[in-house]
Amino acid sequence: MNALRGLTWLLVLQSIGEVLARGLALPLPGPVVGLVLLLFALNWALVRDSVAAVADFLLGHLSLLFVPVGVGVMVHLDLLGRYGLRLAAVIVASTWIGLAVTALLLRALMPDAQSDTAPPGESEGPR
Amino acid sequence: MNEFVQLWVYLSSTPLFGLTATLVVYLLAQALYVRAGQAAWANPVLWSVVALAATLTATGTAYPTYFSGAQFIHFLLGPAVVALAWPLWQRRAALRAHGARFVIAALAGGTAAAVSAVTLAWALGLPADVMLSLAPKSVTAPVAMGVADKIGGVPALAAVFAVLTGMVGALSGKYLFDALGIGTDATGWMARGFALGTAAHGIGAARALQVNADAGAWAALALGLQVLLAAVLIPLVAGWF
Repeated sequence: MNALRGLTWLLVLQSIGEVLARGLALPLPGPVVGLVLLLFALNWALVRDSVAAVADFLLGHLSLLFVPVGVGVMVHLDLLGRYGLRLAAVIVASTWIGLAVTALLLRALMPDAQSDTAPPGESEGPR
Repeated sequence: MNEFVQLWVYLSSTPLFGLTATLVVYLLAQALYVRAGQAAWANPVLWSVVALAATLTATGTAYPTYFSGAQFIHFLLGPAVVALAWPLWQRRAALRAHGARFVIAALAGGTAAAVSAVTLAWALGLPADVMLSLAPKSVTAPVAMGVADKIGGVPALAAVFAVLTGMVGALSGKYLFDALGIGTDATGWMARGFALGTAAHGIGAARALQVNADAGAWAALALGLQVLLAAVLIPLVAGWF
C-alpha cells in the first residue's frame, strides 16, 4: 500500500512537472521539474515514507528501464554501420574524458576529512 | 507446425510479448551477471539488448511491435527521474557541506563529456544531426531525448547514444579509475560513484550501486545533479549557436 502511494506521488509530481514545463515553456523536461518538486515535498513525512519504498525499488532496477530504448539500437544499425568506427571513437573517448575529469576534480576538491564519513572497503568487488 | 506459426504470429504482435520477453531476458542476464561474479563484461543491460535484438531479428519481429509491450517498462524512466530526488534528499547534509564542490565537479565533467563528444564528432566529419544528438548523451536517456529534441538532434539517436555511453562507463570505468590512481577508500568510492553518475548516467549508477552501496549513493546524487544541470544548461548553450 505504501509503495502504491509512493508510485502515485511520483506520477502526480511528474504530471504537475509536465504541466508546469509546458505551461510556462520551461527549458526543462517534465520529470526534471517533478524531481525538483519532490525535493521540496520530501520534507513532509507523509510523502517521504511512501516515496522511499518505491524509489529504492525503481532506482535499484534502473538498468532494466534502459533495455527497451537500448534494443532500439537495431533500428539504427545502418547509421551505426555507416559511421560505426567514428561513433565508437567519439562515444568511448568522450565518456572517458567525462569520467576522468569528474573523478579527478572531485577528489582534488574534497577535504581529507571526508574520508571518515563511511567505513572503507565495504565491498571488495571489482568495479 | 502451422498452428504453432499462427500462435507465434498472434503472440508476438501483442504487448504481452514485448513486456514478458524484456523481463525474462533481463532476469536471465542478471543471473548470468551474478554467476560471472558481477564482472564488468557481463553487464546485464548489454546482454539483454544483444539477446532481445537478436531474437527480434531472427523472428522478423519489428521494433515498434516489441516496443508496444516494452513501453510499459520504458515509461517507468519518467517516475524514476522524479524518484532521483530521494537520494539527493538523503545526502542533503553532504550537499549542504560540499554543494559547490559537487556542482563544480558535475559541471566540469558533464561539460568535458559534451564538448569533447561534439568536438570529436565535428573533427571526424559526422553530420550535424548526429553531432547534436551526441551532445546530451551523458544525461539519462529520457532527459537526453528531451534535450536533443530541443536543440535539433534526433531523440531516438540521442537515447541510443545515451545507452551506449552508459555501457562504456559501466564496462570500462573500473579500469580507467584504477589507471588514474583513484583508490577504493571512502573518498575514492565517492569519486568513482560520482563520476559514473555524472558521465555514464543511470547505467553507470546502476553499476556503481551493485559494486559498492556508498558509491551507488554518490552515483545517484550525481545523476540527479547532472539531470538538473544538463536540462537547464544544454538548451541554453545550444541557443548561443
